[in-house]
Amino acid sequence: MSGEMTTMLAEQSRLGRARVMPWIRRLIFYLILLSIWEGIVRLEIWPPYLFPGPLIVANALWEGVTQGLFLPAALVSLRRLAIGYSISLSLGLVLGLLLGRNKLIQETVGSLVLGMQALPSVCWLPLAILWFGLNERAIIFVVVLGALFSITLGVEAGVKNTPPVYLKAARNLGARGVRLYTQVLLPAALPAILNGLKQGWSFAWRSLMAGELLYYTLSLGNLLQTGRDLNDAAQVMAVMVMIVIVGVTIDQILFAPVERRVRERWGLA
Amino acid sequence: MAERHLVAQHGHAVAGMADASEQPSGGISLEIVGVSKRFLARGRMVEALAPVDLQVKPGELICLLGPSGCGKSTLLSIIAGLEPPSSGLIRAGGRKVQGPGIDRVLLFQEAALFPWLDVQHNVAFGLRQAGMPEAERMRMAREYLELVHLSGFEHSYVHQLSGGMRQRVALARALVLNPAVLLMDEPFGALDALTRDKLQIELETIWAATGKTILFVTHNVREAVALGDRVLVFSPRPGRIIQEFSITLPRPRSLEHHQTIDQAREILAVLHADQRPDEEANDEW
Repeated sequence: MSGEMTTMLAEQSRLGRARVMPWIRRLIFYLILLSIWEGIVRLEIWPPYLFPGPLIVANALWEGVTQGLFLPAALVSLRRLAIGYSISLSLGLVLGLLLGRNKLIQETVGSLVLGMQALPSVCWLPLAILWFGLNERAIIFVVVLGALFSITLGVEAGVKNTPPVYLKAARNLGARGVRLYTQVLLPAALPAILNGLKQGWSFAWRSLMAGELLYYTLSLGNLLQTGRDLNDAAQVMAVMVMIVIVGVTIDQILFAPVERRVRERWGLA
Repeated sequence: MAERHLVAQHGHAVAGMADASEQPSGGISLEIVGVSKRFLARGRMVEALAPVDLQVKPGELICLLGPSGCGKSTLLSIIAGLEPPSSGLIRAGGRKVQGPGIDRVLLFQEAALFPWLDVQHNVAFGLRQAGMPEAERMRMAREYLELVHLSGFEHSYVHQLSGGMRQRVALARALVLNPAVLLMDEPFGALDALTRDKLQIELETIWAATGKTILFVTHNVREAVALGDRVLVFSPRPGRIIQEFSITLPRPRSLEHHQTIDQAREILAVLHADQRPDEEANDEW
């Protein structure tokens, strides 16, 4: 009995180590990276206001947050992202379903969507500014176009790759009309849709930053621009760190749990 | 025991569902009148099914036997109302079939369970479409999972099940709707011999207890003889019924019994006579 207990405990601690070890390796990697960075700064090849060390950047990040600049800026950016992405999501789901289910729409609109996907969404910015002026609407417009086509193509791919036998089985069991879409096609397509959603999210994020670089109200993109104007590389880097943190956090909150569930249900590795 | 339990549940299943058939548990008749199917493939008209006439009595178990691509599956699909015939018509319980209905449920070779739902929700899918409240349909799903010996797997996902277990779930998903007709399209075709034998016996038991009308497609001759009241032999494309055998051997029939084997041999001879040499099916009995 006690022998069993010992092996169980040994097993548990082994599992615990297996979970912790990657984090330790990651930590060591970043510590090495930071010391290399600090080492290069100490060589004084470039002046510190152009190439500040990690401590200075960390300090800039701390000050940016405590002076109440970074967090409100991040909130402004996130609000735009949320609005733009929601619009893309609704349009993309409908458009993707239509493309996946209707041959005529796929042959016509489908080719247009593929073409649009090849166009970086920043290219819409000059046009957006002409149409809407340099304001909130122009930025959201660019965010929407950034995410829309990735989401559409993801939904379309998912719907097209759904084995027809699922639809047959569902109709056979009494599913009709809209329920075939909500209870069969969309969930069946979820793995592919999720890929589209993630890609759309990262494109939306990029488009937003491009838009905000040009637009002078408080936002993450705008903080980058003011950092440049003030010759303050530490602020620029601090804001970049901030953008990475926000991006990774959203990914962990929004997409990682859904992805885990999809993997669990479909049995994907 | 489990079968008596099933019968007891049936009245309840019908009462609980909005538009279930008014039939009590048990089968209905099927009339297949001049049903054929043609379709366009690569610009050529292909005749999948020559006009078929067939009368099925309520509660009859009929096996459709023939080489792959002889239109047996197409016929089941048409009876299920999932595709229209090119000519002819189907009457189920005297009423013309004009689309899918849960009085006729089709089971597929690949089970066609939904990977985004767990086992219990898969079984309850049809009840949900019929508007049954959540708690009640979950209770019924559990009961029918018990019937197919899958209690304890309610929350498993499809990828965690073996092929035989998937077919059991598919069977429960169909039976829970209390259909009068089960249309089975090689449901055991992809299973190993042992699992297949077990499922055959269970299907026969359930059939004996409920008296449902069953059309069972297979290209396994012995399986057809072991299960069927009648075995209909189909020709290769375009499929038509070339001969009909009434199987009067006593039930339950053993696959190994010499009478089963003799009967199978007789049917196989008919299959061979009508078959081009490159067709399969003869290695499968």
